[in-house]
Amino acid sequence: MKLIIALIQPEKLPDVKKALFDHDVHKMTVSNVIGCGQQKGFTETYRGIIHQVNLLKKVRLEIAVNEAFVDATVEAIISGARTGNIGDGKIFVVPMERCIRIRTGEEGHDAIG
Amino acid sequence: MIRFSPLATAVALLLTAGPQVLNAAGDAPSLAELTRGLNTVWVLIAAFLVFFMQAGFGMLEAGFTRAKNAANILMKNMMDFSMASLAYWMVGFGLMYGAGNGLFGTSQFFLIGAPAETAGVPTLAFWFFQAVFTAAAATIVAGAMAERTKFSTYMIYSFIISALIYPLVGHWIWGGGWLSELGFQDFAGSTVVHTVGGFASLAGAMVIGPRLGKYNPDGSANVIPGHNIPLAALGCLILWFGWFGFNPGSSLSGLDAHLIAKVAVNTNLAAAAGCVATTMLVWWRYGKPDLSMSINGALAGLVAITAPCAVVSPQASIIIGLIAAPVVTFGVTALDRFHIDDPVGAFPVHGMCGVWGTVALGLFHGSEGLLTGGGGKLLGVQALGSLSVVTFTLGSMWIIFKLLSATVGLRVSEQEEIRGLDIGEHGMESYAGFQIFLTD
Repeated sequence: MKLIIALIQPEKLPDVKKALFDHDVHKMTVSNVIGCGQQKGFTETYRGIIHQVNLLKKVRLEIAVNEAFVDATVEAIISGARTGNIGDGKIFVVPMERCIRIRTGEEGHDAIG
Repeated sequence: MIRFSPLATAVALLLTAGPQVLNAAGDAPSLAELTRGLNTVWVLIAAFLVFFMQAGFGMLEAGFTRAKNAANILMKNMMDFSMASLAYWMVGFGLMYGAGNGLFGTSQFFLIGAPAETAGVPTLAFWFFQAVFTAAAATIVAGAMAERTKFSTYMIYSFIISALIYPLVGHWIWGGGWLSELGFQDFAGSTVVHTVGGFASLAGAMVIGPRLGKYNPDGSANVIPGHNIPLAALGCLILWFGWFGFNPGSSLSGLDAHLIAKVAVNTNLAAAAGCVATTMLVWWRYGKPDLSMSINGALAGLVAITAPCAVVSPQASIIIGLIAAPVVTFGVTALDRFHIDDPVGAFPVHGMCGVWGTVALGLFHGSEGLLTGGGGKLLGVQALGSLSVVTFTLGSMWIIFKLLSATVGLRVSEQEEIRGLDIGEHGMESYAGFQIFLTD
């Protein structure tokens, strides 16, 4: 079992969701984050003072998958999120020890579904 | 113990001490002066209410669009009023009310040569009342072109409509021009303000194109939800409140008590009927009562009653508001069918219901209406007037927007549209420190 964490551009979320659904991945958690990487920030002015904004808004996806689905999920995220520009984001594949469905108490492979 | 009553004391003082308020010469005011004073106070207070409608428009438009563009839409709102105030002073008022021909006026630019009084009140008060109406018409377009228009180009448009397009139509109908000579009637501006603003917004929305992500390749439409519905609801109520200056104030006189009372009541009844009917219609058709449509419905009723409010009965006002409901509801979905993206429903509310209000005057006029036994002559004139204003406004604004698009550019870049116009056009964020869920 793996936990796939993806950091993507917020406006690509609809495309990524669609790509995931097309690859039969329907379960995910989505949250707002801010972050920086290779992408430079931008300049704002407020009442005569200039300031640099370096932490940019991103969207974080967390998807728990069985081994068989890892490659398909990663491909789906890349196809949905890639634009070729700096700032497209990153994907982390993290090993996961246990997964439990709260409603039924199922564990492991079945809990991921 | 006698309770101290400020009101009773004031009245007693006034009655016993004689008139305390003196006119400029130091004498007791004459009847003519009192009349002019009363009318001026009426016109100015009504104008102040119409000014406050600018806040209503601002809150409505901000609430119906996305957070990343909030500062931009409110900038356009502020600028519309400021630009109108200046443009109408410089050029607009002269074109609209100056002595001239049937098409436009040619005097009173910069208010030079203006008489001391117009329509029974000081010309300055009259000018101010007209100026706030101009701003209302201009700011209608901001909503339809929201979230993708270059701010600098929008300022140019704002000056043009307040200096030229709106005053020309205003001259035809209120400034003694050709439509008024045909007997065309528009008490407070369903045609002059709302049809002009509405069809200008249609032209703008058509020329600039839909927002990114609004329509799919297969033709279906996506929801781009407003970020603050409470703000939009507040905007609607502020507009409703301001309309009590917009309509009754157009009497330009506080003396005809029956008229201004009738206009106020008609205004409210049409708004209420529009709101209820739209709520019911949407509930029935789409499953749940949608507050955003109810907001548009109340405004639709208000727009529709704006022309006929002085000459129709309260019963007719309710019917006029009721019919505005399907006009605005189906107008909104019709726009999507043609892939014309109007984020706030400016065209269905102002353009389509403006036309309905103009025609309704011909149907329900107390003595000359088609449905009140007056025959079809007035209705014919109303229809002709509406059609000519629609044609002129849509045509001229379409050309102007096309010219702006070809020269200075009308639309922002795709990247800027995605990032948000607050950052792109103004270098700031409306909600600094808030975590805004950006997904499109």
